[in-house]
Amino acid sequence: MEITKKVRGGDVRAASRLIRNLEDRIPLAKDSIKHIFPHTGKAHVIGFTGSPGAGKSTMIDCLVAELRKRNKTVGVLLVDPTSPFTGGAILGDRIRMQRHATDPGVFVRSLATRGALGGLAKAVGDAIHVMDAMGKDFVIVETVGTGQQEVDIINHAHTVVVVLVPGMGDEIQAIKAGILEIADIFVINKADREGAGKLYRELVYMLSMVDKFPGGWKPPIIRAENIFAMDSFQRSLDEMTNTIDQHYQNLIEKGLLGDRIRRKAVLELNEALLSAILDPILTKLVESGEMKEMTDKLLKKETDPYTLAEGVASKYLVMPDV
Amino acid sequence: MANRKLRIMVAKPGLDGHDRGARVLARCFRDAGYETIYTGCHQTPEQIAAAAIQEDIDCVGLSCMSGAHKYLFPECVRQIRALGGDDIQIIGGGIIPKGDYQLLYDAGLKGIFTPGITLDDIVKWINENIVPNVKE
Ligand SMILES: Nc1nc2c(ncn2[C@@H]2O[C@H](COP(=O)(O)OP(=O)(O)O)[C@@H](O)[C@H]2O)c(=O)[nH]1
Ligand SMILES: [Mg+2]
Repeated sequence: MEITKKVRGGDVRAASRLIRNLEDRIPLAKDSIKHIFPHTGKAHVIGFTGSPGAGKSTMIDCLVAELRKRNKTVGVLLVDPTSPFTGGAILGDRIRMQRHATDPGVFVRSLATRGALGGLAKAVGDAIHVMDAMGKDFVIVETVGTGQQEVDIINHAHTVVVVLVPGMGDEIQAIKAGILEIADIFVINKADREGAGKLYRELVYMLSMVDKFPGGWKPPIIRAENIFAMDSFQRSLDEMTNTIDQHYQNLIEKGLLGDRIRRKAVLELNEALLSAILDPILTKLVESGEMKEMTDKLLKKETDPYTLAEGVASKYLVMPDV
Repeated sequence: MANRKLRIMVAKPGLDGHDRGARVLARCFRDAGYETIYTGCHQTPEQIAAAAIQEDIDCVGLSCMSGAHKYLFPECVRQIRALGGDDIQIIGGGIIPKGDYQLLYDAGLKGIFTPGITLDDIVKWINENIVPNVKE
């Protein structure tokens, strides 16, 4: 396939168009993914999560610069929320990394959530595949950053970096709500600010309550000095980049990389099954008017959703005898 | 199910650093239902073109208040075309004298918007003139 060849050759225009067709759920794009899939699995996928304003985009911009210094190529996926009222979105993370725009070793693509919960866009998994197949050494994903439900990223990233800042108050709250479990690396950003020491101690304390970490990897806590004081920040940046590398090496050495990849595989299979089975039925229900009939019945309380769903299943799903 | 969305970019080429107008425009585009990428101030035509390609943009809205539009706008068009963005529409806004219009249209700009035109007018124009670039 023409498009597959282009993507594998690193063609940005073709790749971005394919990502768009995947976002728009164009059936043809699914076929392209089928051809791309065998060529994926080489990139190290890094996720960045943390509250809005924590410094995720700024941090990614610096990490990209550092990885480029080390002669690595990078794809970046930036996810921002879709407005539930208008369906539109402002995708503004890109501002922080426009200095890399003309670097052919960097490909930055913004995605809107389009109603997906969990901090990512639905197409993010496939977009990672596309960048991976382009031959990028690293794919970095920035989540929306609403704090509480940002857990989808563990299904996609090999290494999850949680960015925290002192003085936001809700940090420890967010940690309690499950961020602690998904973090492979903590970065305390703006560590020159008041409250950084307290945040650090609280994190250390919380980590001390965990008695066993998978693969023996206890999430390191990196204190990033003010990004705008480049000299001291460079040290934090080196530390962060090296720690990200070490984490990946540790996954490989402890045989845990397979687990992460399996998690994504299960998820992808689930979603593919759901859409392969459900989409044609939904189309049929809408076209035949059955959807409207059923909704009307529901509104009149003549029946309930479960009975209706069972009816649809027995009508449209033919199960082989088991 | 399949669902096409317009992707639009607001970019400020050149040296002027007043981006309030551009931000207002970006919000207005979001409210119109477009996926809107904002790239910030001080962008070179090369950066704008590269971003438009990477983001698969349908329409780039250039904003320039410094008076350098006669050079910057055509240069942006040239760079976008040079990167293969033949189907990307380019529009421009700012303080643009009537006498410059023809030069800009000749350079490939599809629309020109000057102070006095309302946000609603711009959205209406886009809805009538720009369609998502993608066939199937
Ligand atoms: N003082 C200070 N400001 C920072 C630092 N890192 C990021 N910022 C600022 O914090 C704001 C939000 O950063 P951004 O990267 O967009 O955060 P995100 O929402 O998590 O992606 C921006 O205005 C940055 O310039 C830092 O280390 N020190
Ligand atoms: Mg951000």
